[in-house]
Amino acid sequence: MSTINTPTLELRGLEVAYTVRGIDRQVLRGVSFSIAPGEAYGLVGESGCGKSTAAFAAMRYLPRNGKITAGEIFFEGKNIVDIAEEDVAQLRRSAISMVYQNPATALNPTIRIGKQIAEVFALSGASKSDAMAMAQDALTKVQISDPAKVMRRYAHQLSGGMAQRVVIAMALASNPRLLVMDEPTTGLDATVEAEVLDLVRDLRRDTGTAVLFISHNLGVIRNMCDRVGVLYAGALVEQGATADLFDNPSHPYTVGLLRCIPRGGLHKSAERLDTIPGTPPALGTHFDGCVFSARCALVEDKCRTVQPQMVNISDSHVARCFHSDKAIAIPHSIEKIEIKSTSKEHSAIVGESLLNVSHLSKVFTQDGHQVRVVNDVSLTLGVGETLGLVGESGSGKTTIAKLILGLVAPEDGGIITLDGKGLAKTLNRRDVQDVGAMQIVFQNPDQALNRRHSVTRIVSRAVERLRGFNVSDALDRAHELLLGMRVEATLHSARPVQLSGGLKQRVAIARAFAGAPQLVVCDEPTSALDVSVQAAILNLLVDLQKQDGTSFIFISHDLGVVRYISDKIAVLYLGRVVEFGESNQVFQGPHHPYTEALLSSVPNIDGSSRKRIPLTGVVPNPSNPPTGCVLHPRCPRMTGSGVEHLCTSTEPALNEVEPGHFMRCHIPLDQLRKVQTQ
Amino acid sequence: MLRFVVKRIGLSIMTLIMVSLIVFLMTSILPGDIAKQTLGRDASTEAYEIWNKEKGFDKPLVVQYGRWMGGVVTGDLGISLQYEQPVSEILGPAAGKSAQLAIVALILIAPISILGGIAAAMNRGKKVDRVLTVGGLSAAVIPEFVWAVVLILVFGVAIRAFPVSAFPDEENPNIFNSIYHLLLPSIALLFVLFGYISRITRAGVIEALDSDYMRTAVLKGLSRKAAVFRHVLRNALLPTIAVIATQVPYLAGGLIAIERVFNYPGFGNILLDAVIARDFPLLQTAVFLTGAVIICFQLIADILFAVLNPRIRQRVTE
Repeated sequence: MSTINTPTLELRGLEVAYTVRGIDRQVLRGVSFSIAPGEAYGLVGESGCGKSTAAFAAMRYLPRNGKITAGEIFFEGKNIVDIAEEDVAQLRRSAISMVYQNPATALNPTIRIGKQIAEVFALSGASKSDAMAMAQDALTKVQISDPAKVMRRYAHQLSGGMAQRVVIAMALASNPRLLVMDEPTTGLDATVEAEVLDLVRDLRRDTGTAVLFISHNLGVIRNMCDRVGVLYAGALVEQGATADLFDNPSHPYTVGLLRCIPRGGLHKSAERLDTIPGTPPALGTHFDGCVFSARCALVEDKCRTVQPQMVNISDSHVARCFHSDKAIAIPHSIEKIEIKSTSKEHSAIVGESLLNVSHLSKVFTQDGHQVRVVNDVSLTLGVGETLGLVGESGSGKTTIAKLILGLVAPEDGGIITLDGKGLAKTLNRRDVQDVGAMQIVFQNPDQALNRRHSVTRIVSRAVERLRGFNVSDALDRAHELLLGMRVEATLHSARPVQLSGGLKQRVAIARAFAGAPQLVVCDEPTSALDVSVQAAILNLLVDLQKQDGTSFIFISHDLGVVRYISDKIAVLYLGRVVEFGESNQVFQGPHHPYTEALLSSVPNIDGSSRKRIPLTGVVPNPSNPPTGCVLHPRCPRMTGSGVEHLCTSTEPALNEVEPGHFMRCHIPLDQLRKVQTQ
Repeated sequence: MLRFVVKRIGLSIMTLIMVSLIVFLMTSILPGDIAKQTLGRDASTEAYEIWNKEKGFDKPLVVQYGRWMGGVVTGDLGISLQYEQPVSEILGPAAGKSAQLAIVALILIAPISILGGIAAAMNRGKKVDRVLTVGGLSAAVIPEFVWAVVLILVFGVAIRAFPVSAFPDEENPNIFNSIYHLLLPSIALLFVLFGYISRITRAGVIEALDSDYMRTAVLKGLSRKAAVFRHVLRNALLPTIAVIATQVPYLAGGLIAIERVFNYPGFGNILLDAVIARDFPLLQTAVFLTGAVIICFQLIADILFAVLNPRIRQRVTE
């Protein structure tokens, strides 16, 4: 039995190694922390730092090549490192559960949801019919709508948010005393993420379960956890009560992490983003001194030879650094980049109109139904400006980008002009100049780059095709471009697989710039990257823009990032632009009710509590949109607005509510301003 | 689901018509004059013409094709030139014999190959895996007639444990005797197919073992054995079933070499004889039926796959 003094989980000097090509490579280096009953403990750090390894080690579930080489894991005072497999299974059945990233693949695709949840109850001895009834109760507990129906579904029929609820229901089925959550909301929409986090918070309050919460998203951690540990290269470098650690970070790595994130209304015109210079060490690197010494701005000789011990910052806050008192004042690391101009030929004046899109629509036919994914969208973008597209998944962001690029043909009536010239509907009917003038950077550079081509070849081929250069000129140009994107010459003959995620994305950007583009569409370009790499990529994009006057269409679910890089924002809902305006107007408000809900769902890293404006219900099926304003069934501001009859009957037009600020809402602007500042 | 099945059947019928056209045209352009071949070189030109007229070979190709297809639909498959018997009377029993061989072979091959694949996957990288994988592939590259000869020499001639002919004893025609005679050819086929099927099974099982849902199952607290049984096998065997179904027509229709070596009066043997004797009505129909069997099993494989896999089932239902 657990007593007040016994932590639910305690790691003591845990060391884990992965055997790669016959050599043990250390992944966790003496990690120690404990989680009290009912406490939520967050682990943060960039990818490859050992967060997930720590989580899986706590579950006694390591990959086939992984092993615990030293240290102890205590669960309620009992060391579970050496207990037998059956006892581990017994613990998992009754006391420890886990929720993971990517809920869709965590569920068995060929077994109905109900049966999968019931399996947990059956394991603890319930009869078949009891187990099914209990499974339905479990689904009710995670506030899933129509649990009886969900029971009969298969995993692929659930949305991401629903799948994660199912996984959570399954994890809670055994009434665990410890819940391990590994990036539980990564990949979910901000609104869905907020709902899932609310749910976890409520369940914790009700059950008093201890939680080990892992996320790369510091905002989520700040809002969810009582205490936080920061992992770097497999070592815990700082630990403390959440507010202490976020407000007074005392390890240079923590400081760096926090500074990389575009937040607090930061905009590219005012400030560059900080980055953490260098890259994380390779798996299994040996350190004599501090693990972070190679990237630290405060490094001294001592740091490289002596391992620092944890230093007390306050009662509840420790940091593994010789200079913990100076960490917060660490000099800003802002890389200055000199890039050779990529496109001298377009020296248009910044602000002049570049892209005009009017009445763009797209109808897909799906199982015999007409689905209007993009509905009468009109947008303008100036030279050297960035247009941010935001909205939940399914709002039509990516389809609009594809329509503009000509990858998908718009319906009749849609007009796209670039630099005053009307563009053909589809790519194959556009000439080379037009194709080169608009390029795209994708979310996942792994899939966007040809694995069999060298980095140089990927870029030089694009130069050949889009600029008509001969082979040797194209090679020269490719090297120039790559150096401009800060891909070192030694890497130019490498294959994409040999590069890190950030470098791959730089290559993808170089490729996009091969045709001297006027407009580059960036579709979630930093979503798969760590925050420090994200900051460097965002800085690069801003530099390229300043220098060449390139315009961007920037798609991201991360509103902080969009706010930082965008001059204009278009907020999309069900294929419609519901709000469009200058970045500041859109973010500072008064907002469209949908924008308001979106913004309020982002976990705030500053810890300032903000009232969440929930969107009730789910995104309606676009093949059968609601009558009137498409948002009205979910609108947080309709009730009490006095114009309900309009909202439910007439679709509002996109009106200019103040100069340059467009909104598709029946509620008068002043009224919105009033309710939103209350 | 019904729409999917109807659509698939429609597609199969179209494929079948294409096959019939190709078969018909190919047999029509085969070198050699059939009349000359049948009546001998010394017959008069008039005799040839009369013979051609009698058999319908003087008609335009379109008419000949129409008559053949009409016959296929009504069950009148024409008269074999070589045996002077209705084609259906020759092919019918042969098809039965081939089906017997295919069934015995399949009952032997499917479970052994699947178990082999599972064993290899569960012991990935270990000795069991290597022996099964390398052994299976090595066996598969040797043609079935070589295996047949080797098996006959070892078990039929040297050890005398099995009969050298696959044809059952006339005086003792019970089912066990038939199976006993069919074992040796089935083992030869097992050697050829084991590597292939077990490898597909192994890949499927490994994919399922490495899946996130398997991890979920283990972290729920299922024992490894239970997790494998409940979560891995169903997902892993989906591709395997499809692969086996595509191998059935090979077993049922085209075992020319095996049937020759074991002197078994199945479809393959008839086919070969028909080619040598330029017995066009028999050849056309035999090849066409082989095609029909292949298409039929492909159809069954597709439908089976859809029934077992909810993702496809759902897509086809909506």
